[in-house]
Parts: sequence; C-alpha cells; structure tokens
Amino acid sequence: MKRILPFPLLSATLFTMWVLLTGFSPGHIVIGAAVAVIVSRVMLALQPEPSNIRISSAIPRLAGLVFVDILRSNIAVARIVLFKPKERKSGFIHLPIELQNPYALATLAVIMTATPGTLWLQHDARNRRVLIHVLDLVDESEWVDLIKNRYERLLMEIFE
Amino acid sequence: MIQSPDLPLWAAIIVGIFVLLGASITLIGALGLIRLNSFYERVHPPTLGPTLGTICILVASITCFSTLQSRPIVHELLIGLFVTMTTPVTLMLLARAAVYRDRKEGSPDVPQE
Repeated sequence: MKRILPFPLLSATLFTMWVLLTGFSPGHIVIGAAVAVIVSRVMLALQPEPSNIRISSAIPRLAGLVFVDILRSNIAVARIVLFKPKERKSGFIHLPIELQNPYALATLAVIMTATPGTLWLQHDARNRRVLIHVLDLVDESEWVDLIKNRYERLLMEIFE
Repeated sequence: MIQSPDLPLWAAIIVGIFVLLGASITLIGALGLIRLNSFYERVHPPTLGPTLGTICILVASITCFSTLQSRPIVHELLIGLFVTMTTPVTLMLLARAAVYRDRKEGSPDVPQE
C-alpha cells in the first residue's frame, strides 16, 4: 500500500478535485484515479517531512470554528471600516505558542491571516512565540487566551 | 441586457441578493484601504474580499448553475478553498517586508526581535 500510494491523503484530494472539476463520468473517474496515483508520486522527489495528520472529529470542528470566526470578524472589520470608532487601537502581540509541527504552524498562520482582523507576522522558533498584529486590540490577554484555547488545542489534536 | 429566462424567480432573488452582498463586502474591504491609517491596519480590510465576499459570490454561483442545469454544481467550493488558502501568503509576505523595513529604520512602532 505504501509503495503504490506513498501519500494517500494527497491522492484522495487530487482525485476528489479532478472529479469535482470535470463532473461525474466513468471516463473522468478513471483518469482522475490515474492522475491521483501518478502525480502524487512527484512528491517523493521532494521528500517532505511526514505530516502524521490524525483524522478525527477535530478536523470538521476546526473547519466549523474557522468558518464562524471568519463570518464574525468580517462583520467586525466591516464595522470598523465603515464607522471608524474613535477609541479603537491596533497593535502587535507576542503570542506564546507550544505548537512545533511545521504543518500545524502553517495551518494556524493561514487561519489567522485569512481571518480579517488578525495578521500573522513572524514565528520565533527559539523563543516559541509568534508576532501577530491585531486590528482591534482591546485586551491582549484575551486574544492570547482565544487563540490558545480555540485553535491551538484543536491543531495539537490533529497534528501532534 | 442579458436575460436568463430559465432561472425561476426564487433562484433569481437568491442569486441577486448574494451577488450584491458579496460585491458590497468586497467594496467595504477596498474602502478600508483609504480609510485606515497605517500600513499594518490597511493590510486587514482587503481580506474581506477573499473570505466572505468570495463565499457570497460562490453561493450565488452554485445556486444559479445548479438550478439552470438541475443538478448540484459544487466545483465552486474548490475556488473558495484555493482563494482562502493562497491570499494569506501574499498578505504575510507584504507584512513581513514592512516589518523588516521598519525594523531596519528603527521605527518605534514595530517591536524589535
């Protein structure tokens, strides 16, 4: 199994993508399967670090959480742009972080930057902290709490 | 004006609402570029477009083409996934460049390493 499909998750994703893009016909399912098997072998040449993703209920929970947060922060940022509240201030936060898996960190970086209102700037692996910029900074410890409890725990469950 | 006589009224209303909503949200994001003050603040609002703006337009697109072809069309989800996954990379790159320059100039607004 490992010899034919070195990256089963990548193959499954490629197959799903192919079928979604071309429509469900028997011919395309065969081509999609071939693409999934052959193209995913290209990654062998890159020798990526194994990711060890644990498939569990944490993935849909994280996806749902991200979706809700994106909706909420969209509204919050739209309000700031439209009404320009006077007492708002933005600022940088040093966020202590325990995640070490590079894939988990990359996922967190994309989640935080995709969510309007927070921006991931720099990960300091030695001091285990991340520099983020927040558009509406009310309470620094509140943000640290939010990110640690909301995302870091779930990402730990998935990646570590 | 292009007419689409095959689209039933209920679908046309849903599609219209979501297209307008998506376009307005993206416009608000673009307005943020003018209305906010510093570079780091201005990086935030454009993310409205690739997130909620895109989601609204895609919902409209899914509704429109699923009704027209009377079968579920879902490949728009892939657009949403790719747009959401790739925009942060550009934003991070821009912000990192700004931080690098500000630190080099010794700007007091940016925390040093």
